[in-house]
Amino acid sequence: MTGPVPVDPLLEVDDLVVVRGARPILEIDHLAIVRGETLVVVGPNGAGKSTLLLALARLLRPQRGEVAFRDSFGERDDDLAHRRRIGLVLPDPILLDASVFDNVASGLRFRGVPRDEVRVRVSDWLGRLGIGHLRDRPARQISSGEAQRVSLARALVVEPDLLLLDEPFASVDAMTRALLLDDLENLLRATPVACVAVTHDLDEAVRLGDRVAVLLEGRLRQCDRPERVLAAPVDGDVAAFVGVETRVHGRVVEARDGLAVVEAAGHRLEAVSSVGPGRAVLFCLRPEDVTLWSGDQPGPGDHPGPGTEMSSARNRLPGRVSRVTPSGPLVRVSVDCGVPLVALVTRASADEMGLAVGRPVVATFKASAAHLIPLAKDQDR
Amino acid sequence: MDIFAGSDLLEVTLLSLIVSGLATAISLAIGLPLGTWLALARFRSRGLTLSLVNTGMALPPVVVGLFVAMLLWRSGPLGGLRLMYTPGAMVIAEVIIATPVMLGLTVAALGQLDPRLRLQLLGLGASRWQATWWLWREARLPLLAALMAAFGAVISEVGAAMMVGGNIRHETRVLTTSIVLETGKGEFAAAIALGVVLLALAFLVNAVLTRAQHRGPQP
Repeated sequence: MTGPVPVDPLLEVDDLVVVRGARPILEIDHLAIVRGETLVVVGPNGAGKSTLLLALARLLRPQRGEVAFRDSFGERDDDLAHRRRIGLVLPDPILLDASVFDNVASGLRFRGVPRDEVRVRVSDWLGRLGIGHLRDRPARQISSGEAQRVSLARALVVEPDLLLLDEPFASVDAMTRALLLDDLENLLRATPVACVAVTHDLDEAVRLGDRVAVLLEGRLRQCDRPERVLAAPVDGDVAAFVGVETRVHGRVVEARDGLAVVEAAGHRLEAVSSVGPGRAVLFCLRPEDVTLWSGDQPGPGDHPGPGTEMSSARNRLPGRVSRVTPSGPLVRVSVDCGVPLVALVTRASADEMGLAVGRPVVATFKASAAHLIPLAKDQDR
Repeated sequence: MDIFAGSDLLEVTLLSLIVSGLATAISLAIGLPLGTWLALARFRSRGLTLSLVNTGMALPPVVVGLFVAMLLWRSGPLGGLRLMYTPGAMVIAEVIIATPVMLGLTVAALGQLDPRLRLQLLGLGASRWQATWWLWREARLPLLAALMAAFGAVISEVGAAMMVGGNIRHETRVLTTSIVLETGKGEFAAAIALGVVLLALAFLVNAVLTRAQHRGPQP
């Protein structure tokens, strides 16, 4: 797994292997959680994210490996003591058949907190999550968005050292999700609690995480700041998962001034990179970084005229539109220009330019937007 | 009509309650923890075990009585205990009848809960005992129903009580065996009266338990 390793971690995972039957479903060499950070683990369904969370909570027995708080200073480190330092929120909020108050109070009651203190702390957190008015309502009679807030309040009220969230927004509609996401983001910034959240949604991860860890097929491939993971994925699988839609095999033929020239699919492409000449690479480009110009005239730079700016984009590829797919407010345009490129443009632009299959276009992108992943000699996927 | 003295009626009613109540309590003490473990554990022969438990719920009381009698009578392996024809023997037989009922319905009650509830409770800092207690609270409706079913099975049975108790006046005569006796003597009025008392008793106990079941926040 690549990414900077934190010093003075709160909790460390070492050499963890979890198996189901004979198959390992999770293998983590090392993972450190820093005090106060929000680490979001992303990956497709079945990657092992929930398993990782349960392992962090010491709620399953790994085949080998250790999960431990690093600041125990000789205190008890048995499973119950460990669990009393965390707060777990499982997906599709699992609430008790009792009032909202009783649900939120349950963690405190397990720890034997005196009744008066329970009342004060629960009321405080009900307020902070905007559900004070639901205090005496039976938990089975609230909406799914409200239930998710109850579930969060229940974990936060115990003031854990580590908050574990499993797909916190999976069960709510888009609008509720947006509100919850805002509130959660603010809460996490306001409290000193460290948080590990798992999600299959990349947008949530980038939004919430101080660091993002990409988990694919039970292994952590990359753990770094969100911008780094998106812009500089460490291998082809991570690149595919984080939305780098253009991934082409090529070879660096020239390298000077921090610029590498890659030969791929018969084209010469320029990328800002320190990879040396002769190396086989995976040339990566995000669709948001591709700009399309209509017509087969190489527009920018060649025929400056009213409304046309000079472009600093060093890469210019003429081609034809091969596919147009609507994607919410945007349109995903596939361009065949020798190199298979994908561009993301607004609907308005797509309409104005009349982007349709077969239309000639010129695709441009900056050298600084391209990312090169060096491939090992035997890697040719 | 035979003078079925007030004191006799009180005596058999009391004995019915004590024997069946004790048997139900013991079946709860055995069945609830065992059923909880069975509901949560995963082991290879779990399916077979559950089938056996479910079969046990349908044990004919008279057959249970027969086997217990064979163990307890003077020439049997446990004859030395001198339990035959005592209320103690009746309790033993009724425990054997009630426990599979309690076991099977406890497994069903806990099986209805969200399988991740226990994990969620543990993840909030519950000890294993606290988690189990809260699972029982969550399943209190079907668990109380299990208790009522176990009690109902033993308060109303006559085969085992007859076999191991012998229907001895002042010793091992209960409501159900009295009904058989009075009917055999042709005293139908007395038999019907005893039947009414038995029904009233069953109703009363169930009413108390049902009230306990439905106290607290409604689902």
